[in-house]
Amino acid sequence: MAIKLPIYMDYHATTPVDPRVVEAMLPYFTEHFGNSASRNHPFGWEAEAAVDRARKQVADLIGANPKEIVFTSGATESDNLAVKGVAEMYREKGNHIITAVTEHKAVIDTCKRLEKEGYRVTYLPVQKDGLVSLDDLRNAITDKTILITIMTANNEIGVVQPIAEIGAIAKEKGILFHTDAVQAVGKIPFNVNDLKVDMASISAHKMYGPKGVGALYVRRRNPRVLLSPIIDGGGHERGMRSGTLNVPGIVGFGKAAELCGQEMAVEAERLKGLCERLNTKLHDGLDEIYINGSVAHRLPHNLNISFAYVEGESLLMGINDVAVSSGSACTSASLEPSYVLKALGAGDDLAHSSIRFGLGRWTTAEEIDYVANKLISVVTRLREMSPLYELAKEGVDLSTMQWEVH
Amino acid sequence: MAYSSKVIDHYEHPRNVGALPKEDPNVGTGLVGAPECGDVMKLQVKVNPQTGIIDDAKFKTFGCGSAIASSSLATEWLKGKTVDEALAIKNTDIVNELSLPPVKIHCSVLAEDAIKAAISDYKKKQGAKTATAQEHAQPSA
Repeated sequence: MAIKLPIYMDYHATTPVDPRVVEAMLPYFTEHFGNSASRNHPFGWEAEAAVDRARKQVADLIGANPKEIVFTSGATESDNLAVKGVAEMYREKGNHIITAVTEHKAVIDTCKRLEKEGYRVTYLPVQKDGLVSLDDLRNAITDKTILITIMTANNEIGVVQPIAEIGAIAKEKGILFHTDAVQAVGKIPFNVNDLKVDMASISAHKMYGPKGVGALYVRRRNPRVLLSPIIDGGGHERGMRSGTLNVPGIVGFGKAAELCGQEMAVEAERLKGLCERLNTKLHDGLDEIYINGSVAHRLPHNLNISFAYVEGESLLMGINDVAVSSGSACTSASLEPSYVLKALGAGDDLAHSSIRFGLGRWTTAEEIDYVANKLISVVTRLREMSPLYELAKEGVDLSTMQWEVH
Repeated sequence: MAYSSKVIDHYEHPRNVGALPKEDPNVGTGLVGAPECGDVMKLQVKVNPQTGIIDDAKFKTFGCGSAIASSSLATEWLKGKTVDEALAIKNTDIVNELSLPPVKIHCSVLAEDAIKAAISDYKKKQGAKTATAQEHAQPSA
């Protein structure tokens, strides 16, 4: 089978909308265009019924009650609502929040803003494998702690945190627990009751749904979580998120959730096999490549590898018909290499040499083979022109060398 | 980020990749940058002792496409130049030739530093050689 280029292998950034999802959405742009808040005519009723169906589809995927789903514009908004909403609502109770250094910017930057407003935030370090230590978490808890927010799966290295254990600690201490579950929901089993999660952020476009729609799961019983809204207005979504609902988007989100629920187990198994195939081929063809983050506690469709002595951007230039992303500074807007990889303590040079592969619903074995072969040849070529590779082969320990840092 | 066609050409067909013997008294080696910054350049020149002209230049670079292109271009320019002419190469010349965007100017600065480091290493070796020659000459004087 001929391979279609370019190859998309960046499913952590976003996913294509599944054609079955598009099909479900289409009538809600034209025929059933009503505002779900219009209570007195059939156009509104139709839209409301569609939203209710989608709410149940999303709730079913995570083992929640439909009433616990608050639709938002996406997971960044969900993270903001959870963290700021709890901070303001429970201010009387305390002012301390615990999170981790490898969280998504939507959580980190929200916490930084709260710090300016007088809250105290503990950013837990992670271990070499990218996981937070439960002892560190326990030690960080004070009588002023009102919220623990730790992501389920990391967007760069795909490591899956011990959410059930964190949930148990939070419950035992009577602290609310939020998790950014964007990369995990629809990909691996995620049940809010098994995991003892009080709030969870989800995004449609990471699970083959449309962009611009997400949800925050907000627990209603044991405990009943109360949130101060961050957007004021018509009191939609039980007052937690005002604004006319994005009905076609929500319908698509619901359909995407339903499909993930049906296909997740088989899909995860298939993608795990493809990731292993990629990893094996790369390890067979190249020396000194390192997987970033825990292998055991990891999303089935993620591989993040550092190719020692080769800089990430030059690597991406060599595989320009493959869409992946790099932890190198040069590829992103900032000049710093990935803060997630730095947090693993592997050294900045390995952060500069990393590539994130995100596999998904339409990734094929042929694509994996193409990408692996291409990478092997490009890495080999770039190492031949790498002074670091030359020094290492001469037996020089690069970490003890004196570099002129600019 | 879009690269200029010249950067892509140097990346895909780098000129003068390789190494010259470091111990050769006529070879100057410059190693600049740091792995944690994402850029390391090694640039070498081989000077003809009779003419003072750079006969050969080689590089190896760990860095982005613009860093590879900057050092590749530098080796191209160095060949056939005298040591003093080589020192006159400015990073802005590299920026203009490769149409580097502002975020990549540091790559050209590193290439200029690499040229200077290589030539200074060459001069140091030549100085040492002259000094040794003088030392050897003294007893018979």
